[in-house]
Amino acid sequence: MVEAIGVTKRYGPTTALDAVGLSVAPGSTHALVGRNGAGKSTLVSVLTGLTPADAGTVRFHGRPAPHLADRDAWREVVACVYQRSTTIPGLTVAENLFLGRHPLRAGRLISWRELRRRARELLETWQVDVDVSRPAGELTVEQRQFVEIARALSFGARFIVLDEPTARLDGPAITRLFEQLRQLQRQGVTILFISHHLQEVFEICDTVTVFRDARHISTRPVAGLDESDLVADMTGEVRLPGAARSAAGDAADGGLLGAAPVMEARGLGLDGAYQDVDLTVRPGEIVGLAGIASSGRTEFAETVAGLRAPDRGTLEISGRPARPGDVRAAIRGGVGLVPQDRHHQGFVANLSVAENATMTVPERLGPAGTVRPSARDALARTLIDRLDIKTDGPRQPVDGLSGGNQQKVVMARALAGDPRLLVMVSPTAGVDVRSKETLLSNVARVAAEGTGVLIASDELEDLRGCHRVVVMFGGRIAAEHAAGWHDNEMVAAMEGIGHA
Amino acid sequence: MPDNATVTLPGMRRLPALARLRDLALIPAIIVVAIVGQAVNPVFLEGGNIINVLQTMSEIAVMVLAETLVLVAGKMDLSLEATFGLAPGIAAWICLPAGGSAHGLGWLGGAWSVPLTLLVGLAIGLLNSLLIVRFGLSAFIVTLGMQITLHGMLTGISGGKTFFNLPSSMLYIGTAEWGGVPVSIWLCLVLFAAGVGVLGWTRAGRSLYAIGGNTDAAKAAGIRTDRVLWVAITTASVLAAVGGLMLTGRLASVAAAQGTGDIFTVFAAAVIGGVSLNGGKGTVFGAFTGILLLYMIQNVLTLAGVPAQWIGAFNGAIILVALILSRITSGKRQE
Repeated sequence: MVEAIGVTKRYGPTTALDAVGLSVAPGSTHALVGRNGAGKSTLVSVLTGLTPADAGTVRFHGRPAPHLADRDAWREVVACVYQRSTTIPGLTVAENLFLGRHPLRAGRLISWRELRRRARELLETWQVDVDVSRPAGELTVEQRQFVEIARALSFGARFIVLDEPTARLDGPAITRLFEQLRQLQRQGVTILFISHHLQEVFEICDTVTVFRDARHISTRPVAGLDESDLVADMTGEVRLPGAARSAAGDAADGGLLGAAPVMEARGLGLDGAYQDVDLTVRPGEIVGLAGIASSGRTEFAETVAGLRAPDRGTLEISGRPARPGDVRAAIRGGVGLVPQDRHHQGFVANLSVAENATMTVPERLGPAGTVRPSARDALARTLIDRLDIKTDGPRQPVDGLSGGNQQKVVMARALAGDPRLLVMVSPTAGVDVRSKETLLSNVARVAAEGTGVLIASDELEDLRGCHRVVVMFGGRIAAEHAAGWHDNEMVAAMEGIGHA
Repeated sequence: MPDNATVTLPGMRRLPALARLRDLALIPAIIVVAIVGQAVNPVFLEGGNIINVLQTMSEIAVMVLAETLVLVAGKMDLSLEATFGLAPGIAAWICLPAGGSAHGLGWLGGAWSVPLTLLVGLAIGLLNSLLIVRFGLSAFIVTLGMQITLHGMLTGISGGKTFFNLPSSMLYIGTAEWGGVPVSIWLCLVLFAAGVGVLGWTRAGRSLYAIGGNTDAAKAAGIRTDRVLWVAITTASVLAAVGGLMLTGRLASVAAAQGTGDIFTVFAAAVIGGVSLNGGKGTVFGAFTGILLLYMIQNVLTLAGVPAQWIGAFNGAIILVALILSRITSGKRQE
């Protein structure tokens, strides 16, 4: 179907791809995994004709790839759904599907009726259940992805590249995405699936290729493959399972849990999000707040961090009533926040690592409202070391970093003020395996130093290191599990099945 | 400036030090213009001519500084040029004697004229902030409406005529000299130096970049985004009033059309100097080099004997050429 041989790509002194090969068989679902910076994204742009390779060849159906400028020819051989949405929010789904190729009627005017008809037809072909007259901006992330998949395939290609499609989805949405992908598989579509999540690879793919440091490491059938082999291929070393977990366990044994709570919520409620939430976090305790996207977990966590003002109930941080909806007061009160979406709330892309990491602690940067760059960089350097951020230095803009390192900067920003309570929302979304370990081991470390941690997430990996996990469903606390829960019971609780 | 040559080399754009060197992107262009100017007319690099260039640009330059504050924070202010005219206009109107040719009101003594000018700037800035920050209206449309209103008010109070015989305190910063250099140049340079310091080395200044780059991230980091925007927008209006006062002093009058059309030069200078219209990018120093380049080229044209009737066309062309030059030297796409 598609074959890349000896593809090399350099950007200045960095080699992004070093003579890599990839062969995807027709009708297969091929996974491409690797840590951030392994060269996955570069290969995607080479395979979709966005970047020319410096050396090597790409062939589709045995024929050489089209000329780079011939976009139409590319679209007929390969479809791609990128990580970030490429739909235009203000336009309807139908118009998004046929943008720039609207069906016309006499006088070269757009035939809106025909446009909607064709759009419905197209979505039916791929069994996407979305109202074509709704603005794309009203769709959920997963619906938008379905629409983008349908649009990509509508140009005739039967080979589709999905670039981390699950990064921005929660559990149930991922399940629905996989149903959609299985539907595509049945219809004979070949898929190249790029992901950080190994269990997804096992669930949906039949072949897996691992890239590391711009090189092809292995290609193997998924059947009979052991997860630890895959991890070893990705990281280039043998993994020590449960390292993060044991650190968390030490904190629990440290006897800090008897101290006065760093956060105490009583009957907290926010209309349209959550009701009657009672929750306490003690120093050194890691509390998971599990739940699907609509469970109210994110809104609750954001309330604690001062991003939202509750409608009722009381919230105390370190024994003092919190000022509702006041982030600054929350930070002064000792709350650090890793917000849900790093691109949206986590960092300012064109500012440096140092500026982003120290944004929460301006008073430490110099006297009387001034900022001493040397003080800022020094503080940033300690955070860079502590979180193992891969950067050219504190002055590098954050948009030049990989996703995992960007998230570490967000974490650094939360930790810069030595918070007594660390609030994290989906802290490892779209982050590679190694960065995930760094992030979670830092969580365990700050907890061991006496900080209370609240992790709102639906990612089992994030929750596993918690001393206890409180599960929210439909805006209320539905269950609580001590450490050592089974995956099945946690997933069931998040889905609202079998309330404990 | 040997380091500067590396700015345009491909593949090196990610080096962090370049973030600061980008400030210097226009320096080569300025040097080239200086050389050309000197070749065209040896007067160009003489002290008198340099002071002339700096003085004629100083008033508009202060507006460029004001606009830079607002643009970096991700907003824009089109009403600055009207504030530039109206603020000294109102001060003159209130302080000039009633009756006779002065067509003033005679309510207050001449000593009040400078504080009044600043007060008018402050009031306009607060009103802009109220509409943009508090009520969440589009900065573009609010300040466009404000610009039309303020221009109309100046025409209204002046009856379309020019205010003359201004109080001496209004003339001071436009006419006095310190150490042989006009006060308006000193003031302009001091304000820019302060701007470089504030935007580069204070929390408030850095928070402007954070807000312009990503308001939500700034909010989540505990920056009081609304308050910072209030201050930035209001400061910009006060600066525009100061600029207006400088021009009024130099010309010893307030024309009914003072400031009209200047906003385009202001925007052009800011963009040429590397300030992004989308917010979060650009420096005060860059903006200064932008306006300096524009005025140097104009001066070279004048020295070259370009007829006055053609200056308008050339001004526009200069802006386009300067944009292209800065695109080439900085190697970055403009927004």
